[in-house]
Amino acid sequence: MSVLRSLFLLILIAFPLHASEVRVHAAASLSDVLKEVAARYEKRSGDKLIFNFAASSTLSRQIREGAPGDVFFSADEAKMNDLQKEGLIVPATRRSILSNRLVIVVASDSRIRMSNARGLLSTEIRRFAIAEPSSVPAGIYARQYLERIGLWSRIQARAVPTENVRGALAAVESGNVEAGIVYVTDALISRIVRVACEIKGPDAPRISYPAAVLRDASDRVAAGKFVLFLSSREAMTIFRRHGFFAR
Amino acid sequence: MNADEWQVVFFTLRIAALSTALIVPPGLALGWLLARYQWRGKSIVETIIALPLVMPPVATGLILLHLFGRRGAIGAFLYQNFDLDVVFTWRAVVLAMMVMSIPLLVRTARVAFEDVNPRLEQIARTLGASDMRVFFTVTLRLAVRGILGGILLAFARSLGEFGATILVAGNIPGRTSTLAVSIYNFVQLGRDADAYRLLVVSVTIAFLAIWASEVVLRRGRLV
Repeated sequence: MSVLRSLFLLILIAFPLHASEVRVHAAASLSDVLKEVAARYEKRSGDKLIFNFAASSTLSRQIREGAPGDVFFSADEAKMNDLQKEGLIVPATRRSILSNRLVIVVASDSRIRMSNARGLLSTEIRRFAIAEPSSVPAGIYARQYLERIGLWSRIQARAVPTENVRGALAAVESGNVEAGIVYVTDALISRIVRVACEIKGPDAPRISYPAAVLRDASDRVAAGKFVLFLSSREAMTIFRRHGFFAR
Repeated sequence: MNADEWQVVFFTLRIAALSTALIVPPGLALGWLLARYQWRGKSIVETIIALPLVMPPVATGLILLHLFGRRGAIGAFLYQNFDLDVVFTWRAVVLAMMVMSIPLLVRTARVAFEDVNPRLEQIARTLGASDMRVFFTVTLRLAVRGILGGILLAFARSLGEFGATILVAGNIPGRTSTLAVSIYNFVQLGRDADAYRLLVVSVTIAFLAIWASEVVLRRGRLV
């Protein structure tokens, strides 16, 4: 009997009853950094985080179709607005957490040089990868920028759309396209691409990553705690190290 | 249906037809070799040919991507010597369709050739016909229904190819977008109405192709 009792106690200690599972739908560009943030948060709170990484457009679609989840962490405000309009998030918990920058990347062994985005006009660049430019945030940011500087219509035919921003990075890594437009944070995680030029100046997109608790969250308190943690100094240190910056 | 959607439909039909035309010569040759001769490594070749039928199409696509990408063994050769890109072009769509549909053609053709009585071929030979002539006037003539059925089946399979295509050809509007890939993309974009329109088109085409192959295989009975 005493063996059973100590076994029971052991289980209680190993799996504290108050621990919750928080299911987070997060933008593909957050996949590496959030794993690090999660390790820190899980140790501190005892809650467990479960991630679903994809393009924010895919995630918003999944949430609208009823995919179970507690938190949505989007790469643009538009996707969050859509969900808010349909009453699928808890508006009071919504906050803009991060910002990011776009860059043009090429393979590290590529000889292509460019000082700004007009370099994409070069004939050396037969094709360039970009996240799907009508739905995926990274693609929308990139297209809108290229439109503002009057480049999009001239290079649109050479764009290879990918399912999410990491797909664009992978296409450059594989050498199948000469360049790609990704976030600087994506460029930083790859050893086989280099940044050919940064997209900056007054026309550069204003990138914003909002997070919010979902209406159908199973544990709104635990979900809300995680959203708060995302903008804590501790989390921000990790985000900064990965190239993100505070909003 | 707008112009872009019709473009997708006709592109898919054209590319599937091209892919089917390209697999007919090697597919028939293989089916015939498998049906008529015993040779070393035959079972290995049979197994490899059948693999795309049972492997996840995405896995097949990954293999193709590695072989035909610019840094892949074949892709690098084509790019350096002929300045030819495969991955993310219409050629990749053809490639994916060919690999995914050739097993159906080879298997149907093999059965069709096996059904031809070898004695009839021998008789033709004793009457002085050359091997070539025997093949085209006796063997092929008698196996023609099975072969046509196999060609239609392969064509139908090409039309629906998705898993390998999305990896090697991507989804480039007006260039590599096929029916299957466009449906997926429309769903991703939340444009369900557009997806349903293409769905109706692809069900219709697939129905006609499979039905035609059934009719051919059942010797012309329509229902």
